[in-house]
Amino acid sequence: MREDIIFAGFGGQGIMFMGKAVSYTAMNEGKFVTWMPSYGAEVRGGTAHSMVIISDSSIASPVVREPTICVAMNKPSFDKFEGRIKERGLMVINSSLVESRVKREDIEVLKVPATDMAFKLGNPRVSNMIMLGALLAVKDFLRLEALREAVTELIPKSRKDLLAINKEAISQGYEYCSR
Amino acid sequence: MKKVLMCGNEVLAESAIMAGCRFYAGYPITPQNEIPAYMSRRMPEVGGVFIQAESEISAVNMVFGASLTGARAMTSSSSPGISLKQEGISYLAGCELPAVIVNIMRGGPGLGNIAPSQSDYFQATRGGGHGDYRQIVLAPASLQEIVDLTTLAFDLADSYRMPVMILGDGLLGQMMEPVVLADSVERIAYSAKKDWILDGCKGRKPRIIKSLLLGNGELEQFNERLQKKYNEIKNKEVRCEILHGEDSKLMLVAYGTVSRICRKVVKTLREEGKKVGLVRPVSLWPFPEKELRALTGNVERFLTVEMSCGQMVEDVKLGIECKKPVHFYGRSGGGVPTEEEIIKEIEKIMY
Repeated sequence: MREDIIFAGFGGQGIMFMGKAVSYTAMNEGKFVTWMPSYGAEVRGGTAHSMVIISDSSIASPVVREPTICVAMNKPSFDKFEGRIKERGLMVINSSLVESRVKREDIEVLKVPATDMAFKLGNPRVSNMIMLGALLAVKDFLRLEALREAVTELIPKSRKDLLAINKEAISQGYEYCSR
Repeated sequence: MKKVLMCGNEVLAESAIMAGCRFYAGYPITPQNEIPAYMSRRMPEVGGVFIQAESEISAVNMVFGASLTGARAMTSSSSPGISLKQEGISYLAGCELPAVIVNIMRGGPGLGNIAPSQSDYFQATRGGGHGDYRQIVLAPASLQEIVDLTTLAFDLADSYRMPVMILGDGLLGQMMEPVVLADSVERIAYSAKKDWILDGCKGRKPRIIKSLLLGNGELEQFNERLQKKYNEIKNKEVRCEILHGEDSKLMLVAYGTVSRICRKVVKTLREEGKKVGLVRPVSLWPFPEKELRALTGNVERFLTVEMSCGQMVEDVKLGIECKKPVHFYGRSGGGVPTEEEIIKEIEKIMY
């Protein structure tokens, strides 16, 4: 297997963390994995993305040109990456913030109102975990339980109070797309 | 041993600490900022010194000072900052002081951009600063190799008493991939006694470390001694990896990030029955000249691939003494060559 993934959104939506959580899960599952951030001249609140490659064999370049999966958390990200997704690839869209119509007809689209769902849960910042739960419901390249374990390890000791809500967000995203 | 997920810059910083580095001075610049950031947190934990200097020039000269007292010392920067350090590096070479200098290259010339690049090859392998000096240059291609080469860099710097550069690029510095690290920081802490350092001369004769040699013939003698040392290094410290040296008709030559992509190209083309191989210099100076020359029997053509407008390609030509045609494919200013582009280039040349 091999998946080339782009996670994109604005700063503060946990875009880097989303990529790290998936990479960490993949590492624990014994896969080859690379993670590459958009770096440097970025501003807080501006757009950001991270690129993750997960594979059964070694990975040459960590740069993702044609993602097989793109998670778009806001409209600028949707606009930027819709055209780049590989044929028959998957786009997971945060429909709370992206109202645009999908022009591509050769890709699979999954719409998740992640920001609204996160608000209902009590913290808009867990929309990223809702998206990851949703993603694993339709693409089972990683085990959901392995993701939960990875997030448990990644959240620093000082923020363990956030663990429960993050895990709940993963479950809700998963259930939303398993219905 | 533990498997961790860290970015290349952090792996490098942790490896330096494991290698016994206890003095780091630097000045921020993208894409290597994770090195000083990591050092600022980690150095106090191991009883080392972290200094954010007021400039790159200051940082390299602080490393000069730490080195002459015997510390394992390191500075890091990215291309424009490394240009600023050149005077200091020349003085390190002139005073025969060990130091590790890290260049996580970005696009140039000038301020350029912050994207990955390999366009400081000439500067790194030719010296960069003034005078008849050399520095050992090591080019890791994976995060795991960063661990090994960082340790090696400190060992070589101490055993030859000279600056050693670790040459990476923005991609290698920023990316994360799983890395196996030793559990103990003390694993390879350097303990060899240095009998030349300035550590107070009570009860012994004073030692002098200087690069100003005004006596009649004194500097020429010194330079001859340096050259002798450099020749010894050329004989002993060449490191490279060769894939399919025995039967390749077309040999790719690439280092660092680009060699990862070339390795994939070799795999793809070999599956189609095409006799393509790869030479990956790990030490850029000393350059694997003999190793390349030994391949000119079966190899009909060489193709050097770089993230530059063509720099290492000159060393390939010198190495094989132009016995076979040497082609070049490069991207610059942040362009990263793709597998498809390289295959297209190979097809243009050979198939």
